Amino acid sequence: MQKITAVIRPDRLEDVRAALEKKGYPGLMLTRIEGHGRQKGVSQQYRGREYTIEMLPKLKLEIVVNGEDVQDIVDTIIDAARTGNVGDGKIFLSPVTEVFRIRTGAKGKEAL
Amino acid sequence: MKRLVLVLMLAVILMVSAIGVVSAEEATNPPGVEQVTVAPPASPADPAPDPSGAATLAADPGIALDFVWVLICAFLVFLMQAGFAMVEGGFCRAKNVTNLMMKNVMDVAMGSIAYFAVGFALMFGADKMGLFGTDGWFLGGAFYDVDKYKLFIFQLVFAATAATIVSGAVAERLKFSAYLIYSVIISAVVYPIYGHWVWGGGWLSTLPYGMGHLDFAGSGVVHLIGGAVGLAGAIAVGPRFGKFGADGKPKAIPGHSMSLAALGTFILWFGWFGFNPGSTLSAHELRISVIAVNTNMAAAAGAVAAMTLMYFKTKKYDIGMTLNGALAGLVAITAPCAWVEAWAAVVIGLIAGVLVVVSVLALENMGVDDPVGAVSVHGVNGFWGLISLGLFADGTYGNYTTDGPFVTGLLYGGGSGQLIAQAIGAVVCLAWAFIMGMIIFKVIDLVHGLRVNPVEELEGLDVYEHGTPAYPNFWIQR
Repeated sequence: MQKITAVIRPDRLEDVRAALEKKGYPGLMLTRIEGHGRQKGVSQQYRGREYTIEMLPKLKLEIVVNGEDVQDIVDTIIDAARTGNVGDGKIFLSPVTEVFRIRTGAKGKEAL
Repeated sequence: MKRLVLVLMLAVILMVSAIGVVSAEEATNPPGVEQVTVAPPASPADPAPDPSGAATLAADPGIALDFVWVLICAFLVFLMQAGFAMVEGGFCRAKNVTNLMMKNVMDVAMGSIAYFAVGFALMFGADKMGLFGTDGWFLGGAFYDVDKYKLFIFQLVFAATAATIVSGAVAERLKFSAYLIYSVIISAVVYPIYGHWVWGGGWLSTLPYGMGHLDFAGSGVVHLIGGAVGLAGAIAVGPRFGKFGADGKPKAIPGHSMSLAALGTFILWFGWFGFNPGSTLSAHELRISVIAVNTNMAAAAGAVAAMTLMYFKTKKYDIGMTLNGALAGLVAITAPCAWVEAWAAVVIGLIAGVLVVVSVLALENMGVDDPVGAVSVHGVNGFWGLISLGLFADGTYGNYTTDGPFVTGLLYGGGSGQLIAQAIGAVVCLAWAFIMGMIIFKVIDLVHGLRVNPVEELEGLDVYEHGTPAYPNFWIQR
């Protein structure tokens, strides 16, 4: 099992979610975050003075899937989240050792 | 702390009442003062006080219209308090909004009591040497009269406006208790004394130039006073933490709500239709329609000028400066609104819009931190408004009356007399308010403390001073 952590633009969420739904993914966790990568901050203006917002609002999706589904889900997210401009975000993979379903106590694949 | 505030307030009230009682006994009607500047067409000898209003109505049934007009306008001006609260709240950070709302509520409340006890008498009581009034303490005696009370409520909301301007200039770092002390002093002494010089038959109104110093609705009396005391306050309390970088360059500290700032500006603009036209103190002066048009045109021109200038400077349509521009136009037209025609109001407003942008940036470059632009809007443009009267008065309106002799400015061939009177008044107003402001804030700093401690300033004044954040269910950036 792997956890897919995708940092995406807030406005891409609806497309990403709809694309994932078609694939029949198990479920997702969503966190509203701030941060920046190579895109860096954006410059704004207040009463004639410029200032920089270093941290930009992003969304962090976390999805735990079976190993064989990882590539498919990652491709789906990339397709739906890409705009081609700097700031589209990143996807990280990390291993998950076990999963439990709280309601039934089931674990492993069944619990996903 | 609280005891000190109360003691100071009581001391001021008692002291000035004592002076008043003594001097009221020796007060005679000085023969030189036949110039009733703001009062409605009054008979030479004041009639007996009329607390019920029945005699006043019987003497002139048409006067009911004047009463309704003045009261409605007073209520409109009162609404401007909400406008100031929203503008100041919007232009400041969310962590200080409770504090700003409390300051805006309490300067009306403290100011009302101080102006009732002392201020109104100093401003409109029987004149003493052209310097101050000497009777009418606590609206008692001959002042228990429907006509006096009508004048009082109208003048009270003006005094409250002058007081509230300052809270924006010293926002986000001034101690609340220090602000309470300040509100009492400005409403009891600083505002009324200068007001007496211009509107109470004092020495500025009888200057030997032009018709004497004129200020229709208070570019000087209200706005320059507030702006100059605000400048003194901003200098005395120092800039907010983080306003200037290590290199001394000013930085933007974005306000938390442009919606509130815009709402406040609209409320002020609306309230100004009471502020200026209401200052005729009579619905029988149909000049009110001209005044209303001028008021609107100057505000519109101020907004256009500020937006345009900012666009050329930064290639953005800057909302903060545009809102300040509209207010700048309103402040500038306040003195000349009864004496000029619409095209002049547009020119006055355009210049005001440019002045406010230049002034906001210049003050910041000089190291003065005025979070909402109060000094530039009210001080600089209050000054400009007084001067503009001497230039643009077109000879169609008299000495606060529709009857002649009429006031004519430099550009309409009236010579420089009125302009000189305006310049003298403007300089006196600036000097009086700035010096008094400096004394008040420096003395408060010495005996009580003026600025909150650094931890409180960084965390926000709301929780430390009031215990209540303005937005308890939201995450607030500190």
